[in-house]
Amino acid sequence: MEKEACSSAFSKMILERAKKDKDIIVVCTDSRGSAKLGTYPEELPDQFVEMGIAEQNAVTLSAGMSYMGKKVFVLGPASFYSTRSAEQVKVDVAYSHNNVAVIGISGGISYGALGATHHSLQDIALMRAIPDLTVEIPSDATQMRAIIGELLEKGRPVYIRIGRNPVPVIYHDPSEIKIGKANRLISGKDAAVITCGQLVSKSLEAAALLKNEGIVVTVVDMHTIKPLDTGMIRTVAEECGCIMTLEEHSMYGGLGGAVSEFVTQNIPVPMQICGIPDQDVPNGTDEEVFKYYKMDPEGIAEKIKSLISRKNKLQESGGK
Amino acid sequence: MLNEKQIKKLEIQSSEICEKTVELIYNGGGGHIGGDLSEVNILVALFNYMRHDPQNPRWEGRDYFILSKGHSSETYYTLLAEYGYIGKKELDTYGSFGSVLGGHPNKKIPGVEANTGSLGHGLGLAAGIALALKKNGKDNRVYVLTGDGELGEGSNWEAMMAAAKYKLDNMTWIVDRNFLQISGTTEAVMPLENLKEKAEAFGFKTVEINGHDFEQIFTALNVREEGRPVCIIARTVKGKGLACAENKPEWHHKTPTKEQLEQLKKDMTEYRKELA
Repeated sequence: MEKEACSSAFSKMILERAKKDKDIIVVCTDSRGSAKLGTYPEELPDQFVEMGIAEQNAVTLSAGMSYMGKKVFVLGPASFYSTRSAEQVKVDVAYSHNNVAVIGISGGISYGALGATHHSLQDIALMRAIPDLTVEIPSDATQMRAIIGELLEKGRPVYIRIGRNPVPVIYHDPSEIKIGKANRLISGKDAAVITCGQLVSKSLEAAALLKNEGIVVTVVDMHTIKPLDTGMIRTVAEECGCIMTLEEHSMYGGLGGAVSEFVTQNIPVPMQICGIPDQDVPNGTDEEVFKYYKMDPEGIAEKIKSLISRKNKLQESGGK
Repeated sequence: MLNEKQIKKLEIQSSEICEKTVELIYNGGGGHIGGDLSEVNILVALFNYMRHDPQNPRWEGRDYFILSKGHSSETYYTLLAEYGYIGKKELDTYGSFGSVLGGHPNKKIPGVEANTGSLGHGLGLAAGIALALKKNGKDNRVYVLTGDGELGEGSNWEAMMAAAKYKLDNMTWIVDRNFLQISGTTEAVMPLENLKEKAEAFGFKTVEINGHDFEQIFTALNVREEGRPVCIIARTVKGKGLACAENKPEWHHKTPTKEQLEQLKKDMTEYRKELA
């Protein structure tokens, strides 16, 4: 299976584009290594700003440069940019309408055993409550390139969360990808799984397992958490009659929260919100943690079956 | 160097701005009056010193100003109206529902470069603007006014390190050093001294002046040093001009009474007569 990390995709693309566009600026906070920036700082020193370990000021200074017309991409661990710099993102980027792209790298539980200090499991809940801030979680490198390409055409205040490790390539045609438009990757009527980030490929694996059992599900890649593609949610709710959300985030306030806010108020169907429980996460690799919480393909398949069974029971009882 | 006539003119202008600011706060039902009045002379000096065009607020050749102590917005609004960035009628909407003139400045107001109000942001924004100007090969200058209590925010010190690292000699940071914040003296709440030594140690060419003395303010605004940003520590009196409020922390945010406003007007008229 072909794999590529979203960070590497970004680095290669931004180096190429920045060579032709002097207004592109990349800002880091002692994070050029983990951001896999490669030779960018050496090749384009005038378009690289190293702020040291100071995420708050990195975001504010990026906003100042953006105000002057620079196309600024500020990168560092999602955990720090979404919590320590949350106020700077809110005030200097979103509220001030400065078109900075804040890229949270090594998001979710990418850092594994480094633990809760380095996990970003609250970032979506925080960022999506900020007015005028777009929130993106790309699921593969193609999607990352498409999103960055769109932002280079027309900037906007945005928070993008990417993982640390290479992820399977899902898309081959970037023209299928638009900020704000979800991608329905496979269609089935037994249940809809709405997911994002690296759990998209795991959901596709789970769907393949279920297909062997004669269960056919829809998988939606909801890469834009805000603005939410509510049209897609309505369609799959109507067609499938139940929705499971799956995310590398706290079970509170993330993708599941966003989808359920729409579903409960517009098209109520049984829902299951799957995320990381509200507790300390055991030390381990991300794969080990996913398995522990039954967020590996087998576990996801079980959760979907359980939701379908709930839907069927409700239908049999006439919704009582 | 300013001549006597120029200084007198600036002092008359300041006394008028002081009076109008207090009137604005009185009519609008409140404001951060202490810090508004400590910054009057500094803002009057900047409006007279900076390159700017009220008819074309986004003029490319302008200097940039950020009021990092955004709560002291009433003096700023008064000056923006005085110079024609906003209309006098618009100024009168201060304090009313839906007015663009909120408690803190917003870029929706012509002439305002940054949405401030949360402390500890202005210095970093100024550094970002200054860095972009340098990268674009422009000679516009960036001015930022912070409070002193505001310097408790660590983000300021991050911004200072960055301004020094990137040799932002195109920016001037002014501290309204009135030694008071809402809970008491800055030195009791969280000591800042020796601020001059600290700013120097963080890489700023630093001068300390009387922030109500125009000759000293203009001399300080002229300070430049290649490769270093400038810091002006402007010692001021919180509540300056409103006798009942001077140096009193409880006047950090307060509405004067009708009598206090009338007394101020009388004092300022008297002061202007003396100057004439």
